[in-house]
This record gives sequence, structure tokens and C-alpha cells, in this order.
Amino acid sequence: MTWQDGWWAYAFIAIAGWLATDIWRWLGVIAGNRLRDDSEALNWVRAVATALVAAVIAKLILYPTGVLEQSPLWLRLGAVAIGASAFFLLGRRPAIGIATTIATLAAGLWWLGF
Amino acid sequence: MKSDENGQSSAVWFLSGMRGLFSLPAFILMLSFVGFCSLTAQAGIPPEQVVFMTGMVWALPAKVILVSSMMSGASLAAAFFAVSLSSVRLMPMVAALIPELRTSKTPTWLLLFLSHFVAITAWVFAMEKVQAVPRDKRVAFFAGFGITLVVANMVLVGVVYHFVADFPPIVAGCLFFLTPIYFLASIWHSARHPVVYIALIVGLVAGPLFYWLVPEFDILLAGVGGGTLAWATERLWRRRREIGA
Repeated sequence: MTWQDGWWAYAFIAIAGWLATDIWRWLGVIAGNRLRDDSEALNWVRAVATALVAAVIAKLILYPTGVLEQSPLWLRLGAVAIGASAFFLLGRRPAIGIATTIATLAAGLWWLGF
Repeated sequence: MKSDENGQSSAVWFLSGMRGLFSLPAFILMLSFVGFCSLTAQAGIPPEQVVFMTGMVWALPAKVILVSSMMSGASLAAAFFAVSLSSVRLMPMVAALIPELRTSKTPTWLLLFLSHFVAITAWVFAMEKVQAVPRDKRVAFFAGFGITLVVANMVLVGVVYHFVADFPPIVAGCLFFLTPIYFLASIWHSARHPVVYIALIVGLVAGPLFYWLVPEFDILLAGVGGGTLAWATERLWRRRREIGA
């Protein structure tokens, strides 16, 4: 049986998709229920959660899929650096940092003939 | 009488959470889902299954891995393992959010139900916004935002699937890049604890480093190793400052 066969596709998504993700969410609720919101343990959990998300961010920037796979690394890192400068210089507003980064990337892609 | 007032204002906070649909993070996430739609359309997965997947799995990175497992004809066990591994990060994220949301009276079943709506965008949004919400209304606020965001994206996926022609490459590239940049800017902007800044920087370096060293477990090791290093560093600084003061 392959994933195209009707009900099996839904069972596949439910087991390999839903169960495989919600198990971790439930374990998170059980762990989080035991943490006081001013404890050192919560501070550690917060650090681990942030570092995990940061690692995902770095991978998306350094090893993108799709169109950006063919774009040069210097362009992606340059766009992030210019966006970060605008973010810190102009009042730390997320919208400014995001818009500057994307505009730089778009200009670079256009210039490279994408 | 008092409980009536509370009931009413919980509904108000639920609605206020729903309005989070018209925010920058929700908008960026929807653009990412448009990108996901074109990926699944190219993979030949029928739209009903894509809508089902959006509601059941919700976390976008997990769905991308699920789709690539389905496409490569992986066995159920292999797909389960790959998706589980990518989703371990949900556990510390939920564990960090729960103490911000609950009160001593919040039932655990409700938190278990609401945890389904946690993925990176909802987590970043909730960690930032719940500070301004009275503690006993935070669950209602998060429910309003989380449930609305999932339902809206299920509808979006169902509709957009039929229209995704190939995007011009510049648009597709910019859509992809929005997600990491939004996460980066909003985590920095919303950090209320010094340890978050350190963990963000350490994680950005540790991610690629562990990908290079042990690609199978990179995210997990970068999180636990990098997070622990960030926590220990911040704790050391805090201690020094306390002694110095």
C-alpha cells in the first residue's frame, strides 16, 4: 500500500504527522505544569527552547530549499546583516528589520538575474 | 454575578486573541503556507490531505518533513521517526509557555488541548503578547489566537491550492526567507529575560556547527547544548553582578 490509497493516506498523516508532533506538546504540558514561573529550571527550559528555534533559523538561512538553494550565501548573509543594522539603528522595530532584509534580498536576486 | 463578569471578559479576551489573525506574524505565516501549498501541489498530494495535514500536524517544519517522507515512499515507522525528531523542540517550547498561561485553577486537559495549537509562530506571538493580558484571561486569549490561526490556514490552504501556479523565482525566494527573518526579529524584540538574547546568539552559531558535526541530531544538540551554555553564562554573570553590587 502506498500513501496515495485513500484512507491509508489519512492514517499515515495521523500517525506519522499528528501523533509524532502532539506527543511532544503533551510532554511539554506535563513538564511545564511542574515549573514555577520564577524558577531557575524554567530559565534553563527557556534557554533551550530559544536555542532550538535559533538553530532552525540558522539552518533555514544557511541551507534553504527551493529557489534560494541556488542563491549565493553572501547575498543571504548580507541581506540579514543589512536588515539587522536597520533593526538596531532604527528603534528595534521588527517590521523595519524584516522589510529591509527582504528588500535587500529581492534587489540582490534581481541583480543576479533570478 | 462576579462569575458572569469573568465569563464575559473571557469571551472578550478570546475575541482579542482572534484579532491576532490580523497581525504581522499571522500574515507572514499565511505567506509561508502559500509557499507550502505550492510545495504540496508539486508533490501531487491531493488538497483534502493537505488541509487535513494542516489541522492535524500544524507545525510547518514537521509537515515539510512529512511531505518529503511521503514523496520518497518512506515506511510509516521511518516517517514517524523523522517527524518525531524534528518535533522534539515543541516540548521545551510548550514547557516554557505553560507557566506563562496557566493559573492554579487551569485544568490540565485544557492545556493538553491548547498545546496542539503551539508551533513557532504561535509560540513567539504568545510569549510576546500574553504579558499585557491579565493572568486569568491568558488561556482564553491564547485559545482565541491559536484556534483561529489554525482554522484560517486550513481554509487558506484549501482555497489557494487550486490557484498556485508557479511563482516568479524572486517572489518564491522572498516568501521562503520571510519565515527565518520574522522569527529572528520578533524573538529579539520580545525577549524579556537576558538569557533569551544569549540563547538566540549561541543557537544561531550552534545550529550550523552541529549540522556539520552530527547532521542527524543537529537541532536537538544545538538546543540542549547551546541552551545550557547560554543559561550557565547568564547565571554566572547574574551571580557576579549580585556579588559586585
